Amino acid sequence: MTTTMTAPASSPARVEQPPRRRRRGQKLPYILLIPAIVTLLIGLGYPVTWQILNSFKEYGLKQQFGQPAEFVGFDNYIALFTDAVFWQIALRSVAFMAATAAVTMVIGIAFALLMKVIPTWSRIVLQVAMLLAWAMPIVAQMTVANWLIDDRNGVLNYVLSLIPGVDYIGHDWLRDPLSFFGVALVIITWASVPFVAFSVYAGLTQVSEEVLEAGQLDGASPFQMLRLIIMPIIRPVLVILILLQLIWDLRVFAQIQLLQDFGAAGERYDLLGTYIYGLGIGQGQFGAAAAAAMVVMILTLAVSWGYVRRLLKEDEES
Amino acid sequence: MKRTVFRGAGAALALVLALVWAFPVYWMVNSSFLTPATISKLEPTWVPFGGNLSNYRAVLADNAFTSALGMSLVVTAICLVLCLVYALLASFAIGRFRFKGRKSFVLAIIVVQMLPAEAMFIAQYKMLAGANLLNSVIGVSVIYLAMVVPFTTWMLRGFVAGIPVDLEEAAMIDGCTRMGAFRRVTFPLLAPGLVASGVFAFLQVWNEFALASIILTESQKATLPLWLRDFAQSSNLGVTEWGEVMAGSVLVAIPVIVFFMIVQGRMAQGLVGGAVKG
Repeated sequence: MTTTMTAPASSPARVEQPPRRRRRGQKLPYILLIPAIVTLLIGLGYPVTWQILNSFKEYGLKQQFGQPAEFVGFDNYIALFTDAVFWQIALRSVAFMAATAAVTMVIGIAFALLMKVIPTWSRIVLQVAMLLAWAMPIVAQMTVANWLIDDRNGVLNYVLSLIPGVDYIGHDWLRDPLSFFGVALVIITWASVPFVAFSVYAGLTQVSEEVLEAGQLDGASPFQMLRLIIMPIIRPVLVILILLQLIWDLRVFAQIQLLQDFGAAGERYDLLGTYIYGLGIGQGQFGAAAAAAMVVMILTLAVSWGYVRRLLKEDEES
Repeated sequence: MKRTVFRGAGAALALVLALVWAFPVYWMVNSSFLTPATISKLEPTWVPFGGNLSNYRAVLADNAFTSALGMSLVVTAICLVLCLVYALLASFAIGRFRFKGRKSFVLAIIVVQMLPAEAMFIAQYKMLAGANLLNSVIGVSVIYLAMVVPFTTWMLRGFVAGIPVDLEEAAMIDGCTRMGAFRRVTFPLLAPGLVASGVFAFLQVWNEFALASIILTESQKATLPLWLRDFAQSSNLGVTEWGEVMAGSVLVAIPVIVFFMIVQGRMAQGLVGGAVKG
């Protein structure tokens, strides 16, 4: 399940919008908001404030044992940005995000186009298979994946070894870092393709038959129809999907952490999430970890700003 | 003629892809029925003929599993009830009223949904450690509530906006009090929305792994996802009991798959809803 923390934004039926109650000095809406606001202030507001403050403080092991944490200005950030390891991991995370999002989008769009042209019964079979993959909890996904690639009894090594001249029995897929991230990419893609395929398919059903027929009559080839008619119509959906995939593929802490638990662990297998975890929880360098977390937060907000604006617009229209 | 061949080839391709996508799930279920002797053979057993339920019995007899199930149920129940109440109130405020500060609140609930767990878990860990709430139901629930209230509010807002105010006002003209009008008219109309957003909140809390792994470090406080991770890593003299581990995975995944099927229609449509219409 990759659909974490992002809001479905549809109203069940788009009926005539009701007239809003507008009265001056009304108290009721504020009272209604109190529980939600208090929840957000405790669960998010306080931690985020703490994080911003502590990213400017020296907060290491000494401070854990009672020394006051002192403000050190941008020292944590400077230390972070002059650290080669951080850059390596940050670039690796961005590369992993881009690669996973790209592969997911290409396969997802291909699936949607396929679903559009095949007979209904085969489409339903494919949809059910994808729903199963989509519904799997992350921990179950990773556990099963680990069983599939198990070095001795895993079905993957067995099947690969059926190819004449190939012997993969005993091969550890998680030892080589590149192979490690390849495995992560395959699992995350497997789990995210259904969402993309279903969404693009929903978008494709909005493309009216008349437009396609008109295109055909004018002598457009199938490829031209795809590029010149279908793509422009579903473009808004694609833009949002790419955004969501980028955000989700940047936050893959759970998957990477679980793969590390099962296989090899260490800096060479880290992405930003596991790196921050190691820095903070592992080494107790909370000031540095807070600064690194702030970098991730700003990066995510920068990527997602387009999506935020669209949701805001949708709210204004309703 | 050419078209039929084309469609046939497409259908065949779709079936192959369906097999690939469903295979891990099938393999999980298949392996969960196999005995240790069968499963440790070099050649895989493709269909669980001759399998039995002994793996499930072993898992269900495991105290750690029952304790994790209990923990997951308690945390999920608390979060679900509070989340629905808080989000319903808030969605009424933003769905029915225009007031100063409304836009800031809407912006806030959208933005916080974008924040990744890894950008905050250090701070949340330190906060709970400071309040002595690590390894406690209250501690983890506080964080989870903040995680699910925003999107539930956002989702319910759509449902609230879809119910005409006139209905409520008509009931009030007919003699209902404001509360009465809400209870008799609006609430029943909102029921489908509450179910749908409730299932979403359930799935998030039930599946959550990243924060739980940091906050709930004691094994007797583990939730189901944490239990599954630990169970998969525990081994018998260096040999993982994959049959039992897969039975555990099935038990963790089944409720999720069932609930997921209920809301799957909304899932894709909701996330990109406005975009389809341009």
